[in-house]
Amino acid sequence: MPETILEISHLRKLYDDLRVFEDLSLTVHEGEVIVIVGPSGCGKSTLLRCINALEDIQGGEIRLRGEPVSKENRNLQSIRQKIGMVFQNYELFPHMTVLDNIMLAPVKAQGRKKEEVREEALDLLKRVGLESKADSYPRQLSGGQKQRTAIVRALCMHPEILLFDEVTAALDPEMVREVLEVILDLANQGKTMLVVTHEMQFARAIADRVIFLDEGRICEEGTPDGFFDEPKTERARKFLNTFTFERKGAKN
Amino acid sequence: MPDLGFDTLLKGKNFARLLGGLGVALKISLVSVLISIVLGTVLGVLRQRENLLLKAVMKLYLEFIRIMPQLVLLFIVYFGTTRSFGWNLPGETAAVIVFSLWGTAEMSDLVRGALISIPVHQYESAAALGLRKTQTYLYVILPQAVRRLIPLSINLITRMIKTTSLVVMIGVVEILKVAQQIIEANRMSSPNAAFGIYLTVFAMYFLACWPISILAGKLEKRWR
Repeated sequence: MPETILEISHLRKLYDDLRVFEDLSLTVHEGEVIVIVGPSGCGKSTLLRCINALEDIQGGEIRLRGEPVSKENRNLQSIRQKIGMVFQNYELFPHMTVLDNIMLAPVKAQGRKKEEVREEALDLLKRVGLESKADSYPRQLSGGQKQRTAIVRALCMHPEILLFDEVTAALDPEMVREVLEVILDLANQGKTMLVVTHEMQFARAIADRVIFLDEGRICEEGTPDGFFDEPKTERARKFLNTFTFERKGAKN
Repeated sequence: MPDLGFDTLLKGKNFARLLGGLGVALKISLVSVLISIVLGTVLGVLRQRENLLLKAVMKLYLEFIRIMPQLVLLFIVYFGTTRSFGWNLPGETAAVIVFSLWGTAEMSDLVRGALISIPVHQYESAAALGLRKTQTYLYVILPQAVRRLIPLSINLITRMIKTTSLVVMIGVVEILKVAQQIIEANRMSSPNAAFGIYLTVFAMYFLACWPISILAGKLEKRWR
């Protein structure tokens, strides 16, 4: 069994009176790609935000390689450096060039050498086909290019785990593919990833394990083929049905 | 062509005196602007805090300054304090106090607005990268806030320069006062001087404020 990277146990999360998670547990092993699917409002994004301590939690524990991830932990900054997060709306820093966006945290937060980071950043940019955009500003990029930059920015920190929060939801359809291919490539390199997505074809292709989240609980989990072909729960079946279409009237 | 009285400018040291007057006006504005920027930034950041007392005091201060015409403020500080508190403030000092009070209030509003306009996601995205709070402010938040702030604060600076013309009323000899003196002194020899001299005053104000406006426009374009 590969080593455990992330362990969520009995997570409890409330937004004022709204209960998001009551008792959620999940273990992520090294090199595993977990795709989280579920209806909107089921807590997928909140889960990722909890893992990065962007949200307060009201109970339970989240540990990254045994170290607790919480706002109380003095080492929070260094733990967050090991958790790469890519947001739905890119969240690049608009006043910096692509290269500076990528280099900021490795140089300032990790204290690495500028030259070394620049070399790595340019190399990573090349791999996602953006080497010519290093000196552009985010506003000069298309949505897909921005998101690829955001992925490179997360990668350059050498994270142990990558969190993708509906990274293609804000993109035009033709740009979705270029971003998904980058993520697929990362999966092939054996990166550990938690992916929240609405792209079911993609989920099926990339996942080692699919988790179906509904009303703050893990309703079903399994292999992609098992989940998509023969969902065990009625709830999951209904959810998957929303992605297929059928015309009831006569078509001839 | 009617006699516009420009000849008065060339008499004696009139032109140099006008420039000196402009210098006084600019000195008052510059000192007030510097004080306003420093204090306004501090207050603007403080206003982000969730402290009810602080909020109430700031609100009172801002509303007071906003409602009060600058001229009335000048009168209170210059004439009012002399009798009531026995402070014998020089006119220039009174002017700097009033313009700093006003500028600080406006500036704190601008700073607060600029900070609020930075989306929460920018803080989160910096935090997710493992940057510390101070680093987040230093490299991510403040540079963006300053970019939004500069065009607005330059606008405030030009308004402050223009409004210094009010200090004539508390006896400070600045450009407008010098202009009046020149016109008075030449009433007999060139009765038309008012037009030419005031036009020159206008041109001087314009030349002082215009480059600042241009700079604001340039920065705005560059940092869109």
